[in-house]
Amino acid sequence: MINRVPTFILALLLLFSCRKADVIVPPEEKPVAPGGEGNEITGFYLLNEGNMGSNKATIDYFDYESGIYSKNIFAERNSGVVKELGDVGNDIQIYGNKLYVVVNCSHFVEVMDSKTAKHIATIPIPNCRYIEFAGKYAYVSSYAGPVELDPNYRLGYVAKVDTATLEVVAECTVGYQPEDMAICNGKLYVANSGGYRAPDYDNRVSVIDLESFRVVRTMEVGINLHRMAQDGYGNIYVSSRGDYYGTPSKTFIIDSDRDIVTDTLHTLPNSNMATGGDSLYVLSNEFNYMTNSWTVSYAIFDMAQKRVVSRNFISDGTEKRIKTPYGLAVNPQTREIFVTDAGDYVTPGTLYCFDRYGKLKWNTVTGDIPAHFAFTESKVDLNN
Amino acid sequence: MPDCRGLSFALFLSVVPLAATISAASVPVYEGHTMSDGFDADSVQQLESVYVTAHKSVPKIIPAQRLAGERLQRLSAHSVADAIRYFSGVQIKDYGGVGGLKSVNIRSLGSQHVGVFYDGVEIGNAQNGIVDLGKFSLDNMEAVSLYNGQKSSIFQSAKDFASAGSIYLQSRTPFFGEGKKNNFKAAVKGGSFGTVNPSLLWERRIGENLSMQISTEYLYTTGKYKFSYSKRDGYDTTEVRKNGDVRYYRAEASLFGNIEDGRWQAKAYFYDSERGYPGASVREEPGKYRHQDRQWDRNFFLQWRFHKEISRFYRMQLNAKYAYDYLHYLSDPRLDVTTMYVDNRYRQQELYFSSVNGFRLFEWWSMNLSADLQYNTLNADLTDFAYPDRYTLLAALATSFDWGKLKVQGSLLNTFVTESVKKGKPAPDKNELTPTVVASYRPFDNSGLTFRAFYKRIFRMPTLNDLYYTFIGNKQLNPEYTTQYNIGACYEKSLNGRFWKKVKVQADLYYNEVEDKIIAVPASNQFRWTMLNLGYVEIRGADVSAEVSASIAKVSLNLLASYTYQKAQDFTDRESSYYGGQIPYIPWHSGSVVFGAVYGLWSFNYSFIYTGERYESSANIPENYAQPWYTSDLSLAKRFDVGDCKLQLAAEVNNIFNQQYEVVQCYPMPGTNFRITVSVMF
Repeated sequence: MINRVPTFILALLLLFSCRKADVIVPPEEKPVAPGGEGNEITGFYLLNEGNMGSNKATIDYFDYESGIYSKNIFAERNSGVVKELGDVGNDIQIYGNKLYVVVNCSHFVEVMDSKTAKHIATIPIPNCRYIEFAGKYAYVSSYAGPVELDPNYRLGYVAKVDTATLEVVAECTVGYQPEDMAICNGKLYVANSGGYRAPDYDNRVSVIDLESFRVVRTMEVGINLHRMAQDGYGNIYVSSRGDYYGTPSKTFIIDSDRDIVTDTLHTLPNSNMATGGDSLYVLSNEFNYMTNSWTVSYAIFDMAQKRVVSRNFISDGTEKRIKTPYGLAVNPQTREIFVTDAGDYVTPGTLYCFDRYGKLKWNTVTGDIPAHFAFTESKVDLNN
Repeated sequence: MPDCRGLSFALFLSVVPLAATISAASVPVYEGHTMSDGFDADSVQQLESVYVTAHKSVPKIIPAQRLAGERLQRLSAHSVADAIRYFSGVQIKDYGGVGGLKSVNIRSLGSQHVGVFYDGVEIGNAQNGIVDLGKFSLDNMEAVSLYNGQKSSIFQSAKDFASAGSIYLQSRTPFFGEGKKNNFKAAVKGGSFGTVNPSLLWERRIGENLSMQISTEYLYTTGKYKFSYSKRDGYDTTEVRKNGDVRYYRAEASLFGNIEDGRWQAKAYFYDSERGYPGASVREEPGKYRHQDRQWDRNFFLQWRFHKEISRFYRMQLNAKYAYDYLHYLSDPRLDVTTMYVDNRYRQQELYFSSVNGFRLFEWWSMNLSADLQYNTLNADLTDFAYPDRYTLLAALATSFDWGKLKVQGSLLNTFVTESVKKGKPAPDKNELTPTVVASYRPFDNSGLTFRAFYKRIFRMPTLNDLYYTFIGNKQLNPEYTTQYNIGACYEKSLNGRFWKKVKVQADLYYNEVEDKIIAVPASNQFRWTMLNLGYVEIRGADVSAEVSASIAKVSLNLLASYTYQKAQDFTDRESSYYGGQIPYIPWHSGSVVFGAVYGLWSFNYSFIYTGERYESSANIPENYAQPWYTSDLSLAKRFDVGDCKLQLAAEVNNIFNQQYEVVQCYPMPGTNFRITVSVMF
């Protein structure tokens, strides 16, 4: 019997199905639009954040010419990059001929060729959040500033990156947990959230002079600041997430000539915003811990008249299908509106494309937590 | 189970501490005698059946699995969690390494539905409802049993009725050989991951009716191990898991007393540990950042159990416990630049008292009334923390009928929970009534075949974290309910043949529902979540296990095999494209095999675990696919008898094929590892 043991073990091993070699999940290509729609804007990249700790940030690409939506393009195109794109993609931008993705919990900015989405370099910046560009530099906000005596009071910073060498050349300390930024009048505006210090949120915008790369002014705006957008009149729109209890989300307007807050839009709750001409599209999905409920709105704010012109830019009732509105973008040319549904965060989301009148054109399945967009004007070749 | 009768009688004759033989998937033989919890209601019943009435045993009408004695010790297992993997219908969530959290999920109902009992009293965790079984070493463990539904004895505390599935950990009970007053055991285990694990045991007979036991253990491991990720035609990387070090110290002191028609046991338990958290293995600049999160735990409890047969018609049991649990978590950006500063201390206290009253109305009809009272408090240095206190009153009324071939048990549990908080409003009171019905039928007198069925409806309370954790908690949460339907059969036969000694086959089919499942829902972004009663899961499964004992020449052989099929579907959101998807981490197929051979003083063990393909999300798509994994472990031990002293040497090799796998996404498991054990007993 003892002699039969190895045979027995072998038989057992065969009984169970064996492991296949682990493969890189290939992109999924799907025609979603009729195609032939491209003009200068040939397509866009969509960054899916992926739930924290799951290493599931992915990039999708939509091509106007073919109408094909390609899901999860990074992994296969960069099969030598260890562990794919990384953990929690937080921002995506194209500058020059490069595609930049801020990978928050992987602590770097992934730099790719904007025409092929192929890896060029990574720029390590711990706990990085958003990216903006001016001249030959990229500016990346990060939570991970210098630790002072009390680690509870740890300021964030903005890293200045040379886009030619892809090296961090300078750092500028700002407020607590800085988020989105805007560049206007030679100044970089940084929205500080103080999210790690809840309920003692930060409420300031740091203004950095780009020339000297120093904070020249700190303005009190509102608590838990997050996103920023600009109009054509030198104004910066800043969103405040509120505290999820008694203080609701709002939108503030900063005049960048005088560096003062000119307007407080109490009735414009704001989770995400995008501009198209003089229109500011504002998506809000506000949760309140006292009522345990969400309040959703899809508003349009006229930045020339400074007034809300619509409380629901979706005109065909599609909003009822959207469970967790999350990402928002507007095609600057066609004015198509893109809204993403992050669903339950742990299964793939959905991307909805509306025409400029808010009527659904198409929708498709994305990666997990679809969130950030980058429109491109160059021909992207995904077969290369 | 007719065969149990003769067997238990034989065991009873051999030694006094009784075996819960009917619960036994195996009949443990440990140092020449069987051991079990003297309080195990089954064994009490056994005592009666053998001693008093000389017939009648409580049928194991609820599926039970048990690993005990030498067999348990021979498994290449560091902790209780490693041993439980061999049971059918069970999934262990394992974050890897000695220090990684290991929780058990029975029949896909969720880890918070599992009651874990240590020497008969439940180990609570009101804060998050999960007991880390990785913290319980097998050093002093005599038996590990798993019950679906509940233990099929009605003479038990209300808490024993209060979980959807239960695990009973039974520590060693002292046994003194003829004329012996002291037992000593010293052991050192060591091996891979820089692990050193010495332990000491001292047992002393203080008097005719009193003995004591002291057991201590220390463990240190660097927790470092290599792991690889590789993709076909893609990257191939090997890294080292760091910051997974663990240091713990455990000390237990127990007193065991006998009184007229009864016994009592008192126990003090202390556990102190420090561990690093290596974190999720996600893409990062290699070697750029060091994860330095740390956790300190201190657990202390005192428990006391008392049992007495007052008369032929009435017997009673009292249980009391005080527990203090301290947890300190530190994530310091001064040590790890990427992290958010977290420095929180949580202190939980629990007071528990239980009274169990068993009445035998007739030979064929018993009743039981149990009442448990429990107080929990949680203190945390979180901003705006609620400082909740929870009072739980459980009352269970149970009855059992024994009509020979047909046995039926029914129980009703009433749970009343009220809470108070220092800040804000408490969650509303809850008052829940939950039933269980169990039946078994033995069609033929001596065939060894039994059919069984049970229905159980039970809930888990929202944990104190679910309700009150700052920025997550939701006081409006309702209890999360489970409903279980089970039918099964068991065939057990002692074959006193030349070759075959014993065979036992069990098979169960079940259908479970989890309603109002408490799930984390994103509130407004990645950093803000809340808890809601949203989920609905249906589970259809089959558990099969078989055990065969045989002997050839002087070699005794034992084979235990189990197989589980589970279709556990998420029916939470009808609108979702993934409606009906298999829930995360539940494989459709899983199984295990344990093969043991004993020849004289030599013993050999081979164990194999298989976890089939599964998904990391209820979106069953290629991005979320998780590979099957299977590991093979080997161990070889030799005992040397030197006078009165028994010396044992054991060597084990685990994961012999060096399989690289994950149980939880981004938490790699160790490859091949070794362990050597030297122990001496006298």
